Amino acid sequence: MKNKYSIFSLVKNAFSQHENWKQAWGNPEPKKEYDAVIVGGGGHGLATAYYLAKKHDMKNIAVLEKGWIGGGNTGRNTTIIRSNYLWDASAGLYDHALKIWENLSQELNYNIMFSQRGVMNLAHNLQDVRDLKRRTHANRLNGIDAVWLDTKQVKEFCPIINTSQDIRYPVLGGTLQRRAGTARHDAVAWGYARGADAMGVDIIQNCEVKGIKRNGDQVEGLETTKGFIKTKKIGVVAAGHSSVIANMAGLKLPLESKPLQALVSEPVKPIIDTVVMSNAVHAYVSQSDKGELVIGAGTDAYISYTQRGSHDVVEGTLKAILELYPIFSRMKMLRQWGGIVDICPDASPIISKTNIKGLYFNCGWGTGGFKATPGSGDLFAHTIANDEPHKLNAAFNLNRFVSGDLVDEHGAAAVAH
Amino acid sequence: MFIINCPYCGERDQSEFSCGGEAHIIRPKQPTELNDDQWAEYLFMRKNIKGVQFERWNHAHGCRKWFNLVRDTSNDKIHAVYKMGEKPPVI
Ligand SMILES: Cc1cc2nc3c(=O)[nH]c(=O)nc-3n(C[C@H](O)[C@H](O)[C@H](O)COP(=O)(O)OP(=O)(O)OC[C@H]3O[C@@H](n4cnc5c(N)ncnc54)[C@H](O)[C@@H]3O)c2cc1C
Ligand SMILES: [Zn+2]
Repeated sequence: MKNKYSIFSLVKNAFSQHENWKQAWGNPEPKKEYDAVIVGGGGHGLATAYYLAKKHDMKNIAVLEKGWIGGGNTGRNTTIIRSNYLWDASAGLYDHALKIWENLSQELNYNIMFSQRGVMNLAHNLQDVRDLKRRTHANRLNGIDAVWLDTKQVKEFCPIINTSQDIRYPVLGGTLQRRAGTARHDAVAWGYARGADAMGVDIIQNCEVKGIKRNGDQVEGLETTKGFIKTKKIGVVAAGHSSVIANMAGLKLPLESKPLQALVSEPVKPIIDTVVMSNAVHAYVSQSDKGELVIGAGTDAYISYTQRGSHDVVEGTLKAILELYPIFSRMKMLRQWGGIVDICPDASPIISKTNIKGLYFNCGWGTGGFKATPGSGDLFAHTIANDEPHKLNAAFNLNRFVSGDLVDEHGAAAVAH
Repeated sequence: MFIINCPYCGERDQSEFSCGGEAHIIRPKQPTELNDDQWAEYLFMRKNIKGVQFERWNHAHGCRKWFNLVRDTSNDKIHAVYKMGEKPPVI
């Protein structure tokens, strides 16, 4: 790597007041033609480019981003990472990603601040208890760490939770995945961008894709705000805007785009050292290294590309948070924002070829794709390079909506994030 | 969040309503004659438009009636409201 980060480079740069660090990735103008072009410079798109260059020796490639890299859902999410999904196909996909996360800072020579602080999912009624226990067993059969905690153990693991049985939705227990946790979202985009750039990938920001040129059923290139770019392979990783780009190629996807919100509090001293999620009351919380509580709300229940989200949704989430954590009642919230998430009918992603040659889609991650970033990039790169899916993403093809072979994680797992 | 003018009740907060998604997707007349591709198209494939969209809404916490909206999904601005069965306005 051009510019390896280490304790020595840190000391060396201290002598020049840290003013001479080299730019971590370049700012090239697009070439006329590439072997493959990735549309969307979020974590998934940048990871795809990184693995295309690293594992498939495709170096004459570019990532096109209409804004700045990581400015989409990658930089807007609550960074929860876990792999305790119910179905075998999902378990394979998400645990593949989790295994890459465990060594990613070293691999990228970039601190992505991966923190395996555990993720706890709470149960609030008998059906939750049955579902979550079933999921724990399913996880263990798939080699994924999972334990069931009763109410007392939940309280021991996270003492600030209100486990009184007199509240509207009392805590009846929960599951814990200890290998799960969080990572620094921006660093993931930046680390992959730097790694891809070092192998010769062009990362082109402020370049919006406006059209897809086809010759019959084969793609020929892209119309962009920086001119026409010729290519025979296009990998679209545009999250909430996937349908917009699909429409450019005359394709429809089984997606609906909706705003999803999060908010953070003023920073306080360490108070919660894990991630706690509750599907039944739709509230989840963790604490950032800066000390802010990071709180996730639900989606608005209608299609919108407005990237802000409704106030009543936040109110609902905060009511649940306050009942579960009365200690937060006087916390002040600092910032709120939204991202546009692409929701699939079965709440599982699409990593797939299409019936147009050379056009590939990686989308449908909806409210929970950050956790999959490294695995998704790896498998999508495989799919693009070989024009065939890897066995870990074969189930996540677009054709499942025709065959009916859905990967129904809606309601089956802790769907939210 | 925005305000919706229910054709039966008048202006109410959007949180009183539930959205039924894209409008004017016609239920197949002869379901047994559809092949898998046609079923997929009917059940799952959506335009998911960024821009002016025709959609169905239900006044769930009010009169519980269904109606249609024309809304710009890029800014949530509502252009028209019309009842079920009425001809969609030209926008
Ligand atoms: C509030 C919130 C909380 C979330 N919490 C979690 C969580 O805790 N855990 C979890 O696992 N997931 C979570 N998610 C989901 C997660 O953020 C996404 O699934 C994931 O980040 C998607 O990554 P991506 O790289 O595919 O998309 P993005 O980061 O959105 O990247 C897509 C990029 O495509 C670009 N683009 C779009 N159209 C064009 C065009 N025409 N031309 C060029 N570029 C274009 C966009 O500008 C964008 O940068 C959350 C999402 C939100 C919004
Ligand atoms: Zn009404």
